[in-house]
Amino acid sequence: MTAPIRAKRVLPGFSLSLGTTLLYVALVILIPVVALILKGAEIGPARFWAIITAPRTLAALRVTLTAAALATLFNAFYGLLMAWVLTRYDFPGRRILDALMDIPFALPTAVAGISLTALYSANGWFGAPLAGAGIELVYTLGGVILAMTFTSIPFVVRAIQPVLEDLDPALEQAAMTLGARPFAIFRRVVLPAILPAWIAGSTVAFARSLGEFGAVVFIAGNLPFKTEIAALLAYIRLEEYDYQGAAAIALVLLGFALILLVLSNLMQFRAARHLEARS
Amino acid sequence: MTIRKLHAAALALLLGASPALAQDKILNVSYDVGRELFEALNPQFQTYWKDKTGNDVTIDQSHGGSSKQARAILEGLPADVVTFNQETDIDVLAQNGLVAENWREAFPNGASPYYSLPAFLVRKGNPKGIKDWSDLARDDVQAVFPNPKTSGNARYTYLAAYAYALTQEGGTPEKAQEFVAKIFANVPVFDTGGRAATQTFTERNIGDVLITFEAETKGIAAQYADQGYESVTPATSLFAAFPVAVVSENAEKNGSTEVSTEYLNWLYLPQAQETLAQNHYRTTDETVTAKYSAEFPEVKLLTVDEVFGGWDKITAEHLAEGGILDQVFVNR
Repeated sequence: MTAPIRAKRVLPGFSLSLGTTLLYVALVILIPVVALILKGAEIGPARFWAIITAPRTLAALRVTLTAAALATLFNAFYGLLMAWVLTRYDFPGRRILDALMDIPFALPTAVAGISLTALYSANGWFGAPLAGAGIELVYTLGGVILAMTFTSIPFVVRAIQPVLEDLDPALEQAAMTLGARPFAIFRRVVLPAILPAWIAGSTVAFARSLGEFGAVVFIAGNLPFKTEIAALLAYIRLEEYDYQGAAAIALVLLGFALILLVLSNLMQFRAARHLEARS
Repeated sequence: MTIRKLHAAALALLLGASPALAQDKILNVSYDVGRELFEALNPQFQTYWKDKTGNDVTIDQSHGGSSKQARAILEGLPADVVTFNQETDIDVLAQNGLVAENWREAFPNGASPYYSLPAFLVRKGNPKGIKDWSDLARDDVQAVFPNPKTSGNARYTYLAAYAYALTQEGGTPEKAQEFVAKIFANVPVFDTGGRAATQTFTERNIGDVLITFEAETKGIAAQYADQGYESVTPATSLFAAFPVAVVSENAEKNGSTEVSTEYLNWLYLPQAQETLAQNHYRTTDETVTAKYSAEFPEVKLLTVDEVFGGWDKITAEHLAEGGILDQVFVNR
């Protein structure tokens, strides 16, 4: 009889690293979230309901959700395109383009907001011709969408990119030799492989857009009922020393983000199972 | 020698530091656009303090929106003194026991060593002929000022316009509300702070008039001299205190009560007042005020107490959620 063999781990120090990770998650993520929820629990259901169903809060949530949804739709499409170009083609400046993708992560969002406002305002480089064509982005819902698009695009690109890189082009070539048309190849070979990552990236982009503040407030014009986002309304409540009002609005945003993440995980899970069933 | 100083001495020996043991240190938490002002003032106070006591003093500065700064102090930012542009933000600190209840009596002029008032900045040659508050309610005038919910300076704009309408002949609260609503209806953008509103007006070329503290309008006009902006001081405006206070709880803990109090007192002395006047603030020292009188047009100043009956009433009736400001803002 041999002694039971203890499974060898590739890297040492599992318990230590797990402990550190859990401690970090607790301190940096869980405790602030729990504090927010406790603050929300203090309010009481009636007052909470009154805050979040106030016309102004509803309007701000509507603006935020609409803009975030449209920004995410755009990014889902455009981000896929970017990832595709970056992984499947080699052209001069590809590496630079690849590096540029991270700029929205690196740039302070307020700086992004100010730059976008300067570029797209009626006397800016892009804004002047657009204004000539009767399109106003700055200080409208369009500006909110623009800012959210800018700050969340890397989430989609960076989620799809590695999957595309791992996907063997030979599969596509095989499909082609079997006579599949390009769209059929995309739908039946590429899409199933990247779908979970695509959903995940888009969901995170959506969640990020919901909470975006710095970039948006500079370009939104912040008109109540028109371009006032929920995060700004929470900020306004803080300025009034109304911690409860701010907490209630923040909790609603948190709730949306959580629902999104759960849905995303479910969809990824189903997509993965679907893939397994087929293979 | 106190224990504190012994500790400092031991530490200095340990680090092989210079023999200057007496190192005073204060943290001045202030409003956003006061950054340059205090950068100009602080070195002067350091010299003054060195001459007076032989001690060096380090003054750390923290700037941000006034209410945000007050919240930071409530949440533990160890400010020794506050120099704000919003009395309500010191009141909040007083309610939480960080500042003495009677802070307004601790220093002259209601603890406001300098003051300003809402005024206008118009484009070159004042093409729309904007002279007074009544011009802002015209249909052809677009006014730019920040969101009064997030900016103290815009709160003054709102209150000054309201006070103006209220003190006109036949002025009633209803009429004043209507008047302010008219002005709000023509605001194209509500930036979250004063500096962003300035950018909107100057860089994006939006609006006919920017409304902010007179000190700012004069500062912007000087900064953008090539574009020929003009500062217009209306005949009537609202006294805007720039209140100061020692955050006594922190100062006691930090052993800085003496230097903190001296720092704020020094702001009333001619040297500091000169710098304040040069930065376009109205001063309390009579000699300095007389010297710079040409720069500051005469103005009939209303006060919060006489028009509104104090800040408590304003907070409850105007600024609270769903108050008059919210109604004007939302029904713009």
